Amino acid sequence: MTAPGAARRAGNWWGTEDVCVRFGSTLALDHVWFRAEPGQVSAVVGGDGAGRTTLLRCLAGALAPASGRVRRPAPLATGYLSAGSGTYPDLSVAENLAFRAAAYRVPPQTARQRSAELLARAGLDKVTGRLAGQLSGGMRQKLGVIAAMLHRPDLLVLDEPTTGVDPVSRSDLWLLITRAAADGAAVVLATSYLDEAERAHHVLVLDAGSELAGGTADQIVAAMRGTLTVTGTRPTGEAGRRAWRRDGRWRVWDPDPADGSARAGGAVRPDLQDAVTVAALARELARSGAERESR
Amino acid sequence: MWAMIVKEFRQLRRDRRTLAMMIVMPVVLLIVFGYAASFDVTTIPTVAAGPQASQAAHLLGKPFELVDVQPSQDRAWAQEQLRDGHAAVAVVTGNGQPEVLIDGSQLFTAKAAIASLSATAAKAAAAGTAGGQAIAAAPKVTVLYNPGLNTSDIMIPGLAGVVLVFVGTIITSLGVVRERQSGTLEQLAVMPLKPRDVFLGKIGPYFVVAALDLAIVVSVGVGLFGVPFRGSLAVFALGALLFLFVTLGLGVLISSVSENQGQAIQLSLMVTLPQILLSGLIFPLSSIAVGVRWISYLLPLTYFNEIARGVMLRAEPLGPLWQPFLFLALLGAVVFTLASLRFRAYLAPAPPRGGAGSPHSAPSPASATRAPASGSAR
Repeated sequence: MTAPGAARRAGNWWGTEDVCVRFGSTLALDHVWFRAEPGQVSAVVGGDGAGRTTLLRCLAGALAPASGRVRRPAPLATGYLSAGSGTYPDLSVAENLAFRAAAYRVPPQTARQRSAELLARAGLDKVTGRLAGQLSGGMRQKLGVIAAMLHRPDLLVLDEPTTGVDPVSRSDLWLLITRAAADGAAVVLATSYLDEAERAHHVLVLDAGSELAGGTADQIVAAMRGTLTVTGTRPTGEAGRRAWRRDGRWRVWDPDPADGSARAGGAVRPDLQDAVTVAALARELARSGAERESR
Repeated sequence: MWAMIVKEFRQLRRDRRTLAMMIVMPVVLLIVFGYAASFDVTTIPTVAAGPQASQAAHLLGKPFELVDVQPSQDRAWAQEQLRDGHAAVAVVTGNGQPEVLIDGSQLFTAKAAIASLSATAAKAAAAGTAGGQAIAAAPKVTVLYNPGLNTSDIMIPGLAGVVLVFVGTIITSLGVVRERQSGTLEQLAVMPLKPRDVFLGKIGPYFVVAALDLAIVVSVGVGLFGVPFRGSLAVFALGALLFLFVTLGLGVLISSVSENQGQAIQLSLMVTLPQILLSGLIFPLSSIAVGVRWISYLLPLTYFNEIARGVMLRAEPLGPLWQPFLFLALLGAVVFTLASLRFRAYLAPAPPRGGAGSPHSAPSPASATRAPASGSAR
């Protein structure tokens, strides 16, 4: 069993190698490679049913893959926040943390100090006696995150820690997350928010269980081929299939700038959200093209 | 309203368990309980002791059924037969008036025996008067263990078992399934806790509460209702311990096959109700139709009932109670093993389907070289 902290010293990484997970006839993860480095935040993004939670469950040890390899520290050195807050609604904030500390064998004195420090950082130090079920959604989520990082895990796996949380709590949560990474943990989080993913060191974009794009946010943007233009109205014809609405205007992706659409003006520099949308669009167009050919 | 009706039917159709409970259960329960619901005692196991044991035995007609006749034995032997549950009635002959001993802890059997003896005496008196003969000495009837034939005396030891069924099965099943509903089960599954520790840690508190409940029920029964506690506390405690293991195991087993607390309650009731009606707590086991009685012998409360009544009312020692103890231990072993296996599977990482995979592997330089050089994916 790897003791907490051993991975950081050894400079190891955690992740998956060619992992497949199957639920009946559905391939939930399709040969996914993922790497989370100590001291960094890695984000897993994707739409509904993309496989984010499945990947995180594999990393946390809650799910065994059908094939492939999962590299993760021993349970004692892993921290996990499952979808939802993962806290006991009928236990108080302090009791939830005390249970977690005991389960992860944190010495009582250390547990008290660490709890006090994290509670203060999360702004929960005034509600330690309140039942977790009586906390607001954001507070409960923060409690879940600090409970997962209480024992200073080498790998911290957080499934949508900021979903449904108000902007102030989101900001508090990000402070906690980046602090955990700064302390040396490899942090993996699933999120639906691409602006959050942009703050991560590495991003893995999943679509229907397989990798759509991966790398740093800049790498993903740089890897986007073609050009992007902005227009006030949706283009007609073939270009219309490559257009989507964003911020009240239409963005049109042109995979081959030589055809003249880029020269029409309105070209914009894409960001991560554009690059991910383009990657998904490219896959969808390729799929429908292949289907047409097969018919 | 039509939309509401259609929606409700659609939901009902998908909730197979509730549907089964609504349609199949009433029929099954009616048939089972219909055959079980009987206070009629048709046979009373009887022993006879003393020099005139054979003659006395022959004087007894139906419903008395002779199981043993020992002319060389005395009253002490006869009483032992009743205490150990080998017979419900014992006829003791010797010098002077014969004596009929009746086991008052078998309430309905005792009442049937008294009624039958009175009828026989009345008939004999009529025959004797008509024939002008002197009546042989009428037997002296002694009711042992529950002389007042109090219902509370026989119900409270059994009710202690019902309390344990409620706490052990229903409350435990809710406690475990709550983990699944609150989403904390997955957290437990990845924590550095052994499934055995989670299992024992989960049922330990319910065990303590149930044991406390039992102590309260028995104390109230003895203190308030005057129920005697004549036997060994240690034997009673041992029986309760085994019984608790079965009921707690059933609770965990139910929770591991239930998705939510509603389902857990449904299943718990399906396990609890037959125990109350078929365990001999209300209807005498001998009155339950043979076709249904076998169910009684699969129910832990049947054995706890035997132990509790035997120890509390008849001061039965451990030796003659070996059968209920053995069956309770067997049931406990089966249920507890199934429960811990289910619980282990409940906590174990799932799936895989059709692949070995590697749920946990320590990092190695060899595998690191196969990994992507940088970034999150390859």
